[in-house]
Amino acid sequence: MSTDPAVSETGELRADLDIISRWIEPGARVLDLGCGDGTLLARLMATQGVTGYGLEINPDNVIASVAAGVNVLQLDLDDGLSQFEDDSFDVVLMTAALQEVRRPDLLLAEMLRIGRESVVTFPNFGHWKPRLSIALRGVMPISRAMPDEWYDTPNIHLCTVRDFERLCRMLGINITRRHMVNHAHRSTWGMRLLPNLLGEIALYRLRR
Amino acid sequence: MARARSSNSVGIVTPQSLQVAEPLPLDCGKSFGPYELVYETYGELNAARSNAILVCHALSGNHHAAGYHGPDDDKPGWWDKCIGPGKPFDTDRFFVVCPANLGGYQGSTGPGDHNPATGRPYGPDFPVVTVADWVRSQRLLQQHLGIDCWAAVAGGSLGAMQVMQWSIDYPDALRHALVIAAAPRLSAQNIAFNEIARQAIVTDPEFHGGRYYEHGVVPRRGLMLARMLGHITYLSDEAMRAKFGRDLRGGRINYGFDVEFQVESYLRYQGQSFVDRFDANTYLLMTKALDYFDPAARADGKLAQAFAPALARFLVISFTSDWRFSPARSREIVDALVDAGKHVSYAEITSDVGHDDFLLTMPHYVRTLNGYLDRVAEEAGV
Repeated sequence: MSTDPAVSETGELRADLDIISRWIEPGARVLDLGCGDGTLLARLMATQGVTGYGLEINPDNVIASVAAGVNVLQLDLDDGLSQFEDDSFDVVLMTAALQEVRRPDLLLAEMLRIGRESVVTFPNFGHWKPRLSIALRGVMPISRAMPDEWYDTPNIHLCTVRDFERLCRMLGINITRRHMVNHAHRSTWGMRLLPNLLGEIALYRLRR
Repeated sequence: MARARSSNSVGIVTPQSLQVAEPLPLDCGKSFGPYELVYETYGELNAARSNAILVCHALSGNHHAAGYHGPDDDKPGWWDKCIGPGKPFDTDRFFVVCPANLGGYQGSTGPGDHNPATGRPYGPDFPVVTVADWVRSQRLLQQHLGIDCWAAVAGGSLGAMQVMQWSIDYPDALRHALVIAAAPRLSAQNIAFNEIARQAIVTDPEFHGGRYYEHGVVPRRGLMLARMLGHITYLSDEAMRAKFGRDLRGGRINYGFDVEFQVESYLRYQGQSFVDRFDANTYLLMTKALDYFDPAARADGKLAQAFAPALARFLVISFTSDWRFSPARSREIVDALVDAGKHVSYAEITSDVGHDDFLLTMPHYVRTLNGYLDRVAEEAGV
C-alpha cells in the first residue's frame, strides 16, 4: 500500500484534516482506523489534547506512528473490532480507508457501536471526472485521490456520495455534517449545491 | 534524532554483586535470605539518574546480557544484538542494568549455592520463586543504584512477564514497559511442555531428589531432554524445515537408532551444551515461575483490572512465527491495556525463526525498538 492519502507529502496538515480537527472536541478519546503515519492523531493530541489509539496494518506506518509518539496498534481492520467495548471511545475516525476494507457496511456499524460519534472520509466516485472517465473514455478513472490502476489499487469498495448516504440510511446512521472538498482540499459553493458531482473528497460526521 | 549506528560491542564487562542481608518475602509465604544479586551494567548513569533501563532475562538467561567476560571470550551476552553503542538499547544514551534472577545458575543466589542454614547446597530446599518475587528483588537493586524511576523496563518471554509485573507492582518506578514475545499467562499446552521437561529431570536416576551436587553427579540426560524439548518450542516448523529439512548426517538411512537426521544431531548438541552451562534445579524453578505467572488471577480473572494500577506507557511486540507465545497472546495483553485505558502501542513483526526471534534483529523489529526508544531517550533528556 502507498502512503496514506490523507497525509500530505510535506507533512502539513491539509484543509480536510483541519476540518476534521474542528469536529473533534478537546480531550476526546479517539480511535483512528487506518491512522497512517500518525500525523492526524499526533496533531489532535498536540492541539486538542485527545487520547486514544491508531489502528494500522502497514509496518512502516506503524514504525512512523511509534516514532511520532502516537499509540498505534498493528491490527487488520478486516479482522473486525470486536475486542473494543461498546461506547468505549468518543469518536471513531476513518480517513480515506473505508474504500479499502472488505466490508465497509459492517465496519461502519462497528464504528458507531464503539464510538459515540464517527468521522469518515472517502474519495467520491460520483465526481464528474470519474464519471467522464468511464462514460467517455471507457476506462477506470485515475486521479490524485485515487492514484492507482484498477488492478493494483487497495480501493476495493469505491462509492459515491449517494451510495454512502443510502448505506447510512439502511444502517440507521444519522449524518450530522457533510463537507465536500476538491483534490486541493478546498471547498467551493458549487460543491455545496451538487456534492455528488463536484466534490472530490467527502467528509462525514455521523451519529447513531 | 540522528545518531551513529554501528555494530559496536560494550566490550569487556565485569559482573557486580549486591549482598542483601534482609530476607526477601516470597509469594509462597516463606522469606529468603540473606542472598546475593549479581548484575551487569552497560553505559553511564546520567547526572539526573533518568536514563536507566532495566533488562529482565528469560528462562535460560542470566545477568550477562551484553559484551564479553574477557579477551578470549568468544560468546557475547544473550541480548548483545540489541544492547550496545548504536544498538536499540543504545549504551551511548542509556544506562542498562541486567540482574540475574534468584534461583538461577552461576549468578544470583540459586539452588546450587551453599545454604548457610544446613551447611550444604540448597538443592530442593531452595524456595519456589515467582515473577513477582524477582521483581521485588529487582526493586531493591533499583534502590541500591539510587534510581527512582527506570526510563524503561524491557524483556522478552519470561522477561516480558517481569516487565508486566513491574508495571503493576511498582507503577511509579518505570516510565515505559517493553513487553516482547509475551503471554499474559501460560496456556495448558505451555504448562504441559514444562511438565514434560520437569519430569525428564526429576526421573533421571542421577537427580537424587535434587541433591545431585552432594553425589558429585548431574542429571545430564534429564536436563538435556528438557532442553531439547524446549528448543523445539522456541523454533517454528518453517525455521526447522529451512535449517534441516530431512537432511541426513551420513547421507543415507541406516535403519538404526543412532543420530541420522541433521535435526537430531542439532537437538542433541543443543541439549548437551546446555547441560554444561545450566542447572537442573534452576530449570525446575524457572519453569514453575512461568507456570504460576497470572496477574489476572489476582484481579477476578480480569487482565484489564490487573493492569489498572499501571502508569507506564507500553510497547508490546510479537512475532508471526512464534507459536509458543503467538501474536494472539500478545493481543490479549494489548486488549486488556486498551480496556484499562493505558498508553500502548503494538507491533506484530513478520518473522521466520519463532519464539527466539526476540533475540534477533529483523529490520522492522529494530526500527520499531529504535523509534520507541528514541522517544524514551528524549523524555530522559539524553
